[in-house]
Amino acid sequence: MSLDKTLLSMDELLKLPREKHFITGAQAMSEAVKRSSTDMAIAYPITPQSEVMHLVGDIFAQGHIKEYYRAEEELGTMSAIAGAARGGVRMFTATSGPGLLRGLEAIVSWPGHRIPCVLGVLTRVINAPLSIQPDNLEMAYLMHSGIVMLHAENQQDTFDFTLAAFAITEKVDVYIPVSVSTEGFFVTHAKGYVEMMDEKYAFEECDPYKAPVPAMDNEVPPARIQRDAPVQKSNFMSYLIHSVWQQEIWDSNQRAMKYMYQYIDGPIEVQNPGSDVMLVASGCAAAQAREAHRYAQEEGLSVGFVKVKCIRPWPTDEIREALKTAKTVIVPEHNIVGWLCKEIKGCIPNGGIVLEGPRVYGGMTLPVELIMTEIYNALGMDSLVLQA
Amino acid sequence: MATATIQNRKRYNMRISGLGGQGVVTTAHILGSCMDNSGKFASLVPFFGSEKRMAPVEAYVRASTEPIYEVGEVVYPDIIMIFHSQVVTHGKSYTMPFYTGLKPDSLVIINTSIDVLEEEDIKVLKKLNAKVVQFDATELALKIAGTELATNMAMMGMLLGLTGLVTEDDIEKAVRERFLGNSFVASGGTASLDSAIEKKFKKKEDLLAKNMEVINKTFELANSIDLTTDELIVDLVV
Repeated sequence: MSLDKTLLSMDELLKLPREKHFITGAQAMSEAVKRSSTDMAIAYPITPQSEVMHLVGDIFAQGHIKEYYRAEEELGTMSAIAGAARGGVRMFTATSGPGLLRGLEAIVSWPGHRIPCVLGVLTRVINAPLSIQPDNLEMAYLMHSGIVMLHAENQQDTFDFTLAAFAITEKVDVYIPVSVSTEGFFVTHAKGYVEMMDEKYAFEECDPYKAPVPAMDNEVPPARIQRDAPVQKSNFMSYLIHSVWQQEIWDSNQRAMKYMYQYIDGPIEVQNPGSDVMLVASGCAAAQAREAHRYAQEEGLSVGFVKVKCIRPWPTDEIREALKTAKTVIVPEHNIVGWLCKEIKGCIPNGGIVLEGPRVYGGMTLPVELIMTEIYNALGMDSLVLQA
Repeated sequence: MATATIQNRKRYNMRISGLGGQGVVTTAHILGSCMDNSGKFASLVPFFGSEKRMAPVEAYVRASTEPIYEVGEVVYPDIIMIFHSQVVTHGKSYTMPFYTGLKPDSLVIINTSIDVLEEEDIKVLKKLNAKVVQFDATELALKIAGTELATNMAMMGMLLGLTGLVTEDDIEKAVRERFLGNSFVASGGTASLDSAIEKKFKKKEDLLAKNMEVINKTFELANSIDLTTDELIVDLVV
């Protein structure tokens, strides 16, 4: 790296003193990349992600990244990420909604091919009619890909999670990609306070010799991937290889859990455990739920709050513990299918206490008042009369 | 004096509606800076759409004595500011009718020279125990600052006068930042600026002074209001 930086382990980096800045979520993500010793970033613009990859282009120009280019489209971007990562370098890219789906064919192959990289997902509507607004339905498509998934509530989380993701993805016992999602516009284009260490410090550089999978000379690739893979044959070898790879992906995913404790202060945050009503949310919806939780405290209601920071690996034990005495669970979400609600329902023994919603979709604002109305209903109180 | 229900709240969620060119978004920015200057908290919601003169514009501000977590448009406001009577009469608002989502015991400030509320509006607003302050902010701006461009200052002054959110010093600092930028410091250093900049600066200083005059006047007006009466509408003569 041409800039004179002090390179540190992630533990050392996270212990450094920090200074408060007032920046957008897009800036927060690129500031994390700036401190990550990323070798190469590949961009293909889509709103609302464009801001992030534009800023990453700026830090490339300033010398913080060795290589950067704009790819032909998302499938090309994601395929090139895989190729470069297998060559033994640290990679970053980001996308949004339809761009994520266009690149998904390559993305879902990353974990099986043991591709360590960090993927920013700045959420956006994927369905018709076309919209650029923040709806996080696209995250549901990543949930069964094997990729590690973090979901940031605000600008600070976006910085912290992105930085941590670079350490987690290259752990020998993980070595699969890590995605960091946050809501487009609400977080990417809005300013918030972010505490950051000085940019003269960065995460130690990628060492391909520490990798559990040897780096590949892409000019002379190994013969075994030049011909038909054995998994294309319908024989026991194909079934065996595939099942071994799949098990290994999900075991790796599970093994990432300990790093959530090491780098992001655990997979969930809990306030007022043991309350009758528990609000559980991730990403931007967690900010709205946090506000509702504060209103409920001011009114003296028995309401607790759980923020889920890590969607994959799914924190089953932690969620069960946090919700074990709850009578009602409310899950505010920014999508129509309620993917978080389904996960929570499926992981506790008494899934019937989990309410469907409130949900907004199409990128609409999730008013705190909607959550409060659910709280009042759950506690058998007169709900706030809201007109229209 | 304004009632306790309007003053000294921990939190105000505001929706500001007007026409493009009236300074709705500028008002939101200055309100945010005022709160910041007074050591409190504010968040603004960027409005994405096609802004142009005379087209409907809406801006949202949250102001609080505590950190603000929530994001997005203010769907359920406790303060609504209407910068132009057409927002009400022609439906030039992104939220129809203009009081949609208004919470009980709330405040509405309308810039108008005519009575704009229909029977139906009055019925709903009375039921919500709202208070509507009507005054001709544009006329006031013309009278004091000599330009209708200071309408937003009159509206903002009325809001801050009624709620007591910040001091006049906090406002002056915020207005100064907006119009002079942080690079301009009214001190001996300005004397060394070349004449072109000095002229520009002088013009801006005048603008700032006029704006502050408008704000001071609306503070006086706000103090003259008795919001404790049962009347829904308070009409102010400027």
